Amino acid sequence: MSSRDVILGRVRRALGGPAAPPTSYDTDIDRGYRREHGERTVEQTVDLLAENLADYRAIVHRADSGELPELIAWLLAARGARTVLVPPGLPPEWLSAADPTRVHDRADSTAAELDRVESVVTGCAVAVAETGTLVLDASPDQGRRRITLVPDHHIVVVRVPDQVVSAVPQALERLDPTRPLTWISGPSATSDIELDRVEGVHGPRTLEVILVSGD
Amino acid sequence: MSGTFVGMPAFPKAAHDAVRNTTLRANLRHATHTIRDKRARAVAELDDWAQLREAGKQIKDHTLRHLEHYLVQLEESVTAAGGTVHWAADADEANRIVTRLVRDTGESEVVKVKSMATQEIGLNEHLEAEGIHAYETDLAELIVQLGDDRPSHILVPAIHRNRGEIRDIFEKEMGRWGRPAPDGLSDTPAELAEAARLHLREKFLRAKVGVSGANFMVAETGTLVVVESEGNGRMCLTLPETLISVVGIEKIVPTWRDLEVFLQTLPRSSTAERMNPYTSMWTGTSDGDGPQTFHLVLIDNGRTDTLADEVGRQALRCIRCSACLNVCPVYERAGGHAYGSVYPGPIGAILSPQLRGTTSDIDASLPYASSLCGACYEVCPVAIDIPEVLVHLRERVVQGGEVTRRGAKVTLKPAKGHAAERAAMRAARWAFTHPAALATGQRLASRTRRFHPRTLPGPGRAWTATRDLPAIPAEPFRDWWQRTDGGKDAGK
Repeated sequence: MSSRDVILGRVRRALGGPAAPPTSYDTDIDRGYRREHGERTVEQTVDLLAENLADYRAIVHRADSGELPELIAWLLAARGARTVLVPPGLPPEWLSAADPTRVHDRADSTAAELDRVESVVTGCAVAVAETGTLVLDASPDQGRRRITLVPDHHIVVVRVPDQVVSAVPQALERLDPTRPLTWISGPSATSDIELDRVEGVHGPRTLEVILVSGD
Repeated sequence: MSGTFVGMPAFPKAAHDAVRNTTLRANLRHATHTIRDKRARAVAELDDWAQLREAGKQIKDHTLRHLEHYLVQLEESVTAAGGTVHWAADADEANRIVTRLVRDTGESEVVKVKSMATQEIGLNEHLEAEGIHAYETDLAELIVQLGDDRPSHILVPAIHRNRGEIRDIFEKEMGRWGRPAPDGLSDTPAELAEAARLHLREKFLRAKVGVSGANFMVAETGTLVVVESEGNGRMCLTLPETLISVVGIEKIVPTWRDLEVFLQTLPRSSTAERMNPYTSMWTGTSDGDGPQTFHLVLIDNGRTDTLADEVGRQALRCIRCSACLNVCPVYERAGGHAYGSVYPGPIGAILSPQLRGTTSDIDASLPYASSLCGACYEVCPVAIDIPEVLVHLRERVVQGGEVTRRGAKVTLKPAKGHAAERAAMRAARWAFTHPAALATGQRLASRTRRFHPRTLPGPGRAWTATRDLPAIPAEPFRDWWQRTDGGKDAGK
């Protein structure tokens, strides 16, 4: 008998015989909890996102779409970045004012190559205001998961208010589970040493978020 | 490297030694108090916490009731998404499967995301014996591994170490496993984290095989979820060519939507954050993004035995947040090692004896490693009634009875060492059912009370070694009641 059969047989015996199919799922779970917490205007939701991102040590900037290229150029220059990773579908105008050499992530590029790049610029799929979270879903403007992980500096552009939701339940509704998803709430951090929070162990130590409005 | 728990003394002995370690107690007190205060604030931000907790409990209970259905559904979803599912009835089988999968890649080292399941089965030790080196990449697990130590907390396994101890471990041991610690390393957490970053990065960049656990598996979609902070998880889950995830069968949730409950309750309960810095979700394999080969090893290892116990099965709801450890007065003083298992604290006291059975000294002692104060139940985000299970397991230890071991019903004998307790209880039952004898005994006890010893002789000595015997009143209560008509003639 395979271990699969052994385990499923044990489950059946533990529950006192073959279980009926779970037709009761909807009635078993009382979903009396909230879809979001508190009532906010759209602007207040964006403000809350900015506040919660900053609370977890992300650096938050705001711009309208016309100012975006200048701001990105300035942020890269302020870091002294000489190279910047570019996902395949990043809108070209975002980096139109930036000086650093663009590095394109190729299928055969190694992790060691990525390790030599200083900054990465991406979009995002959705941002959650109540938790200060950005979700990347590997769409063309975000690229493969590894490119936002290995460089030390990550700039994320969030379109407000379109890409902002209030709470976790609303974010899950918008996401496609078949895509690889990365939820980011502030830069990499550890509290493993005497519970003192330290930013940046393995992921980017600096997370900059640009909330961009207008089209 | 990291030690196993074989031969651990029973909890009373281990705790007795641990509470005399003043460094340990200071480290633990600082840590548990900091995190419990923060947790209370994070939870208070959500005014529907009680409803979220109830929904989490119901989702897990529903899943356990229909576990067979959801396991089969999960297998189908993961397979359809390009993964391969393996089933392991016990730790040995899980270790053999993982070893074979690593061998098939031709590699002799793997990078690991912190995982309770792989600790439970002793995977690192098994791989080491087979010539495969497993690198722990979570900072705390690295500290534990380099220090040839054991984890003492579910969430922050090196909580028993302070910064000075960590600096010494890094200086002494890092060079033996790879890039040595930088010269003149100080004991500031930032510098220590930087040393770990440099040491581990060379391992991440060359790793071909990653091993992880998972916080959740979604039956409907085949999605696995890992919740973390440092990014070592993202490294292990995305850079290697092959990913092997070892997950307990109880980690299933039925639908994608169910994550909305646990992604709200888990971070706030564990690290007291609104959301942990990184969460990774993957469904099988994705073209060109992340590992191109994905294996899921589903482990039983005592879980179905736990499921067979109608009172004890609620322990399988556990989402490993560790909130119960941080509020527990016993854990705070005794520390995680005293529990002699990878699951310490209140949850460990009910989970380990169920997963492993109560036949060893350490497992028979764990249901007693509690004051039954109930604080653990209050903070549990899936409402596991830990005190109820503790009492249930105490009864099993003392009285024995029918339990399920490795899928078969067996009858446990009462544990040794509880003979005196059982004799006392039998005597009490007789006395309480013979009122005349009870009254005589009570009067006799009152009259001779000046001559009673302060400690009990014989097997009772263990009990009075740590407690005062209650003083016996000059007059039995029932005599007083009759004499004074229930206090109406009080003072007479």
